[in-house]
Amino acid sequence: MLTNPWPYRRQRSGYAGSPNPLKPTRRTSRVNGHTIMDENIPRVVPRQSATFDAYTMSEIRRAASTGIYDIRGGGAKRPLPHFDDLLFLGASISRYPLEGYRERCGTDVTLGARHASKPLELKIPITIAGMSFGSLSGQAKEALGRGANAAGTSTTTGDGGMTAEEREHSRLLVYQYLPSRYGMNPDDLRKADAIEVVVGQGAKPGGGGMLMGQKINDRVASMRSLPKGIDQRSACRHPDWTGPDDLEIKILELREITNWEKPIYIKVGGARPYYDTALAVKAGADVIVVDGMQGGTAATQNVFIEHVGLPTLACIGPAVQALQDLDMHRKVQLIVSGGIRNGADVAKAMALGADAVSIGTAALIAMGDNDPHYENEYNKLGTTAGAYDAWHLGHDPAGITTQEPELAERLNPETAGRRLSNYLQVMTLEAQTIARACGKNHLHNLEPEDLCALTVEAAAMAGVPLAGTSWVPGRTPL
Amino acid sequence: MNLLDLKTDGLRKINSTLQNAVPDSAGAEWLIMNPMGQHAIACGLNAELSVTVDGNAGFYCAGMNQQADVTIKGHAGVGVAENMMSGRVRVTGNASQSAGATGHGGLLIIEGDASSRCGISMKGIDIVVGGSVGHMSGFMAQVGHMVICGDAGDALGDSIYEAILYVAGEVESLGADCIEKPMTAEHEKTLAELLARAGMEKDVKSFRRYGSARKLYNFDVDHAGEY
Repeated sequence: MLTNPWPYRRQRSGYAGSPNPLKPTRRTSRVNGHTIMDENIPRVVPRQSATFDAYTMSEIRRAASTGIYDIRGGGAKRPLPHFDDLLFLGASISRYPLEGYRERCGTDVTLGARHASKPLELKIPITIAGMSFGSLSGQAKEALGRGANAAGTSTTTGDGGMTAEEREHSRLLVYQYLPSRYGMNPDDLRKADAIEVVVGQGAKPGGGGMLMGQKINDRVASMRSLPKGIDQRSACRHPDWTGPDDLEIKILELREITNWEKPIYIKVGGARPYYDTALAVKAGADVIVVDGMQGGTAATQNVFIEHVGLPTLACIGPAVQALQDLDMHRKVQLIVSGGIRNGADVAKAMALGADAVSIGTAALIAMGDNDPHYENEYNKLGTTAGAYDAWHLGHDPAGITTQEPELAERLNPETAGRRLSNYLQVMTLEAQTIARACGKNHLHNLEPEDLCALTVEAAAMAGVPLAGTSWVPGRTPL
Repeated sequence: MNLLDLKTDGLRKINSTLQNAVPDSAGAEWLIMNPMGQHAIACGLNAELSVTVDGNAGFYCAGMNQQADVTIKGHAGVGVAENMMSGRVRVTGNASQSAGATGHGGLLIIEGDASSRCGISMKGIDIVVGGSVGHMSGFMAQVGHMVICGDAGDALGDSIYEAILYVAGEVESLGADCIEKPMTAEHEKTLAELLARAGMEKDVKSFRRYGSARKLYNFDVDHAGEY
């Protein structure tokens, strides 16, 4: 706002200070040589730019000040077509529902029976996604194990390797095989219940892990064979294989080392889900995990999170289509992750053809991440509950994404584990409620025909008709 | 000497036999005939066995080796001794890419040449190469030693952490944050031990030492050009 709203006018009155910019001046004015007779000249309402909005401008200032890109945790925060743009149709004259409680609605899922002699049997189709010890505190990893156990599902290690606590507390543990290979060893490989070869993740398809110096304490450094306190960046490609043909050979090696017992998952960030799924099947995967851009990370460049990837909704259809084209749907299982928040999301992902879903961010929130209880502390960190994402700095008031002992102590693993299992229970019950309403006696029986879309984008991405029409954009004529 | 034949026994039977072999009862010496360049031969071993692969091996031979002493009498494919934890792997011929990748311990000896990315992401393994190594060798090498009696290709030691590289021949170019460092008596002693363990004769005075400049450990905008 200009302090002198009339730069072309010389001051006559001699009054001190700027006039109120919103108050019309009450004298004749000469502007650009013309005299304006009407004294009441209203101001326009101050208008922020949609292009250069407050956030964008603050980011430009931050960049100008530091000379480095913005790094943060979490997944894509911008609005995206998502499961909320889909609805279930429920029962009608032509579809009858099942009774709640009395008529069974199964939720179990078997993962990895294609090649492995010991597939995973889960009670619920919701798993806990890979999150590293290092990005999370030891207490948080323990809590995840306790919660998953109580709910009858699995947890997943992350970029830091397998901790003894997690193996002890998690009955079913998926061991990630990442480009960094931090802490990788055949003993842990054999202790795992499944192996997840990570090609990428939704938050950064094409990026490696990142852990800033603040969180590389003695224990983390020792597990990763790194000097303490450095800013660690994991490789973005595997060191000893690149394409799908070499991946097939690498999977053979992993199976040979583990006696062909363990299911091998392949995890990809959403990018080219049709081809990635087909290639993963070809490479010999038992399970495929596809992670959309809403999927979280502990730390990466904001530009990567927001501008690279695919919405989760856009990943499922192509992945399922690839499985169906190869006659592998239900033989190779599909796990979908990236912004799964409630039982409706679970049900919708499964209706579109997923065998299971995975949660990361939601699990942390259930355990207390970004809880308004700590609002004062978030304010001191320059943020507010719900928006706190500077996880890479490791000052988490909830004690989850930190390595500081005083903060990490705030998380009671038993209580947090109970909260997680409660949340998983609610998601399962919600999904069952929806499935019964659609007349399905197992979550796997949910189908695309149970769905409709509220927007043209969601209809096109999910391959279901726009509500009240039979139109699937791009597939059926108008 | 126990004999195994990949042609008749198949990969699963050979690996399973070796992975379960107890040296005291089954004997420590094993010979694998007809490797035929197959992949994942003798991977995942975990006993003080002495295994000879009589011919060329494919990818990931002796992958994740623990305690065993594996000799490949021929060439080795991609990722020989990848992620080795302990023990020893010797290649009498040449090795393909990513030899000793992410190795945590043990000793990898390549009598011939190694290809690109030799010692990539090494985490404690020691590697001794009688010949030359290809480009991007020692990439993101964290811990351990690599001795190169011949030449090194482009971008040696790019993004290296605390691993130490010794090169006797020509270095085509150095990678980001990798610099030449002075050779002290301590380094000469370490180098002499590595060469002795590898059974190679070479004057330690003919080697130069390379390691991390440590400028990329914590971000500094003035080093942004290195990224």
